[in-house]
Order: sequence, then structure tokens, then C-alpha cells
Amino acid sequence: MSLFNPRSAWTIYKQELMRAFRTAMQSILAPVLTTTLYFVVFGAAIGSQMAGGVGGVNYGAFIVPGLLLLTILGESTSNASFGIYMPRFTGAIYELLSAPVGVGETLVGFVGAAATKSLILAAIILATASFCVDYSIAHPFYAFCYILLVSASFSLFGFILGIWADSFEKLTIVPMLILTPLTFLGGTFYSIDTLPEPWRSVAMANPIVYLVNGLRWTFYGTSDVPIGLSVALTLLFLVICVGFISWVFRTGWRLRT
Amino acid sequence: MQPILEIRGLTKTYKGGFTALRGVDLSINKGEIFALLGPNGAGKTTLIGAVCGLVRPTSGTIHAFGEDMGKHWRRLRARVGLVPQELATDMFEPVLRSVNHSRGLFGLAPNPALIEEILRALSLWEKRDAQIRTLSGGMKRRVLIAKALAHEPELLFLDEPTAGVDVELRRDMWKQIALLRERGTTVILTTHYIEEAEEMADRVGVIRGGEILMVDEKAAMMERLGRTEALITLASPLTELPEALSAYPVSLIEDGRVLCYRGGGGEGSSSGTAEVAELTKALTRAGIDYTAIDIHESSLEDIFVNLLEGPEMQGAVA
Repeated sequence: MSLFNPRSAWTIYKQELMRAFRTAMQSILAPVLTTTLYFVVFGAAIGSQMAGGVGGVNYGAFIVPGLLLLTILGESTSNASFGIYMPRFTGAIYELLSAPVGVGETLVGFVGAAATKSLILAAIILATASFCVDYSIAHPFYAFCYILLVSASFSLFGFILGIWADSFEKLTIVPMLILTPLTFLGGTFYSIDTLPEPWRSVAMANPIVYLVNGLRWTFYGTSDVPIGLSVALTLLFLVICVGFISWVFRTGWRLRT
Repeated sequence: MQPILEIRGLTKTYKGGFTALRGVDLSINKGEIFALLGPNGAGKTTLIGAVCGLVRPTSGTIHAFGEDMGKHWRRLRARVGLVPQELATDMFEPVLRSVNHSRGLFGLAPNPALIEEILRALSLWEKRDAQIRTLSGGMKRRVLIAKALAHEPELLFLDEPTAGVDVELRRDMWKQIALLRERGTTVILTTHYIEEAEEMADRVGVIRGGEILMVDEKAAMMERLGRTEALITLASPLTELPEALSAYPVSLIEDGRVLCYRGGGGEGSSSGTAEVAELTKALTRAGIDYTAIDIHESSLEDIFVNLLEGPEMQGAVA
């Protein structure tokens, strides 16, 4: 038997996507509505009062990559974490653990589905944003690749969170108390170059700054940090997450008693 | 014949220090129905979990189909099915999709004809589009059985398959399990319904405190450990046992009005019922009249209770 069974991976992937669409109101409509309100309030209403925009980009367009990332980070993390936590919580995980399924099929299935959902959300949000603010994408292919990379990385992170959590509170605490504040402080609504020292240096310690600026570069060709650094750090995060999950499957940590 | 499953020295000690399995040795033959009997907390579910990949054993080896489960888990797990004790599955899924999902998870191509056959056999075909949460408890348990059968396992574990199921459905499930055996599936079931083991099993194992107390063919176990009890109501009470009855395992109860015989069974002993017949002749010869005889053979349940109550039985493995 081969080391990777595509049919097993496809089965998990399909099941997870169906679960997401079964709860479309919560998993698709809610984040789209929230992000749209941000575009209306910050982009259209407040942005129209800010002549000159930020770094030559009008303010409404400037916040599009950051808001997009805010949604992708939150949704990728919570989707993948719920995806693995729920079967653990209900006991249905027995089926996965007793099947001839390894880390490869599990990651492609769970993480692939969470990342796919994030890509769908990103597409809907970008389409919705075009009705509220005037923006363009300088490097559409790079933007797609970067969104895919961030979605996959944070889906992996969410998967780890779902394995680590032993209560619903722990499941939501990381996205709510860590990811969202870091994203707000990571240059979503402003350029960190506008911050005075020492706050600018403090902001550079926030890993989300590199993600927001990486995506912003694919949109407008400019950013506060080099694009190479953003990509390298995101890739490093992805590799660390894959390595950790491989260790989880090898040792059975929090999966097998 | 090579056993389909061979467990040697299996030990499981949980993180908190609780030892659930203590050096379990067990061999399961191909094509048999094996019942693992034991009280709650005896280690039945842990034992199944260790074979199916849900529990990481502390030590010991598990060989299935002649190969090491630890080394060839992918290949071997594909041939093993599990019906868990808890009704644990995505309750919002429709029955048919859930069963198809189970087959796909094992990496197999869709087989609508087989899935239909399984669902029909379990009387679930009419409910194939219903969400699992809308089904009765018994139906939900059947869905779990259907899910476990979807990849055509050669070795099937049923962990308390009829727990919480009404009598009619329980008997229905016994029929289904018997059908599985006819198709060549080896079935290992855990239960604390003795009647279930008595009805279905070819061999019975008794586990307590993580140790296998006894494994034997059901019939042999009943013959070897079974007892006959006869209550002979005397026409006139006796104050003491007459000399003529001293050769028999009898005692006087109920103020001498009833003669109680407990014997038969056990290795090398004669049949209890035959000895009761001899006893009645001895009573007649001694001029002791009696008005009624009540005889009963001990059931598997009596044997089970005796085994669990008698610590001296530990280690008495056939």
C-alpha cells in the first residue's frame, strides 16, 4: 500500500467542504458581511475624508489587503481548528484513527478544505469590496499565490490549535485574543512607517506586519517591509506547522490515548 | 492454523498511572465469533483500541493476518473494522453519505451496490437520506455497523454492539452478526450481556482488571466450569444427613425440608444430572421420600460471576 492514498484525502476534503457549506450562514455570509461593513465605514466613509491616501494609494484601497488578511487568518484558523476539534469532541475521531490514513491524507483533507474555503471567501470579499472602494491588483498571480500560502499556513496552525484545545474556550481564545488584536495592530488600517519610534520597532516584532505587507505589495507594488522577507517568514511558519503536525501523528499527542 | 489476530504481552498504562491492560495474551482464530466478557473498566475497550490504533500500547505486540500491526498499520488497518461503543459520528450527515464516506476514508472506490446491500441488510435503506440525528438509538447503532462494514473488513470489532438496544433489536443484531460470520468475517465483540455471548460466541474470553482470566470454547467452558444444582423437597424434614448420602455433594437447607445438591461440572467430574439420578435412587434405597425435584444447570452468567468473584481463578487459562 502506498504512503499516500488520494481517495482517502479527497474523502476528508469533500466532507470538510460540505460541512462548511452546511453552515454557510455562519462560515461564509457572516465574515463577508463583517468585512463589507469595514469597507463601508473605514473605506468609503472615513477614507473619503483622507485626501492623498497612504503612500499614494487612496485609503479605501489601502485597507483592502489588510482586511482581506484579517478575514483569511481568522477563518483559516477557526475552520481547520473546528474541523479536527469537533470529531475529537464527539468521539467520531475514532473513524479517522482506525482508518489507513496518515498525516499526508489528513493534512490535504482538513487543511486543504480550510484553505479552499478561505480562497472562496477571499474571492467573495474582493468582489464585494469592488462595490465599496476603488482598488486594483498590481500582481494578481502573486496575490493569489500569497493568499494561498497564508491560507494554508494558518489552516495548519488552526489544525494544531484544534488538536491542542480541550475545550471550546481554548479553541476560540487564540483567534479572538491573539490573532485579531495582532492583525489590527499589524498595519491593517495604517502604514507602520507612520508610527513614531519606539512604536515602529515594537510593531516590527508583530509577525502579522509581514503578512499584511506581503499581501499589500502584491496589490500595490509597495510595502513597509521587503516582500522577500514576508514570503520567507510565511514559508518558515508553514514548515514549522507541518513539522509539528508530523510529530503529532508520530507520537499520537492528544489524538491517541 | 495461523490465528487472524495474535496479541502478546500487551500492556497499557495511562499517563495518570492507571494500568488498563496487564500483559494480555490472546489469539483469535479466523472465521470465529469471539466474545470478550468483563465488567465495566475491565480493559475491553482499551484492548480493542490498541488493536485498532486508538490507543498506543505501553508494551507488547499485536500481529494481524500474520503481520506486525505496528509496522504495517496501513495495510492491516484496511482489513479491520470497528464499531465503537459510543454513538459517535457526524449526526448531521445523511445515512448514505456517511456510509459512503467511511468507504472512501479507507481509500476504496465507491461501490453503490455493496453499500445498498449493507443498508438493506441492516434495514437502513429506507432511511438512507435521513440525517443520522433523526434516527432512533438502535438505528444509529446500525449506521455505525454499516459504516464499519463499508470497506468489507475481514476482522470486525464490535464494542458493546447492543448496549442500550431493546430486546427485539438486539436479537435482530445477533442475526446480522451471525450472517457476517457466514460470509467469513471474524468477529470480536465485547459485551457485558452474558446472554449475548451465550447466544453467539464460538469462544469466550473473560477479562478483569486488565488481565485475561480465561479463554475457552463456550461449550467447553460451560462443561468444565458449569454446575448442576438440584433442590429435592423432602416429604419429612431431616435433622442430619444420613450416612447413605455421604458420598454426594449435598446439604440440608430450609430447616431440613430441602436437600440441596451442588455438583457436576469441573474437569474430570461426572455429569451433574446423572449424579442427581443416582442420588434419587440412593434416597429411595434409604427409605427417604421426596415430593419434588428442581434441577437447573448453571448458565454462562453463573460461570462468569463465579470467575469474577473468585480471585483464585486468575491465570487459569485454557
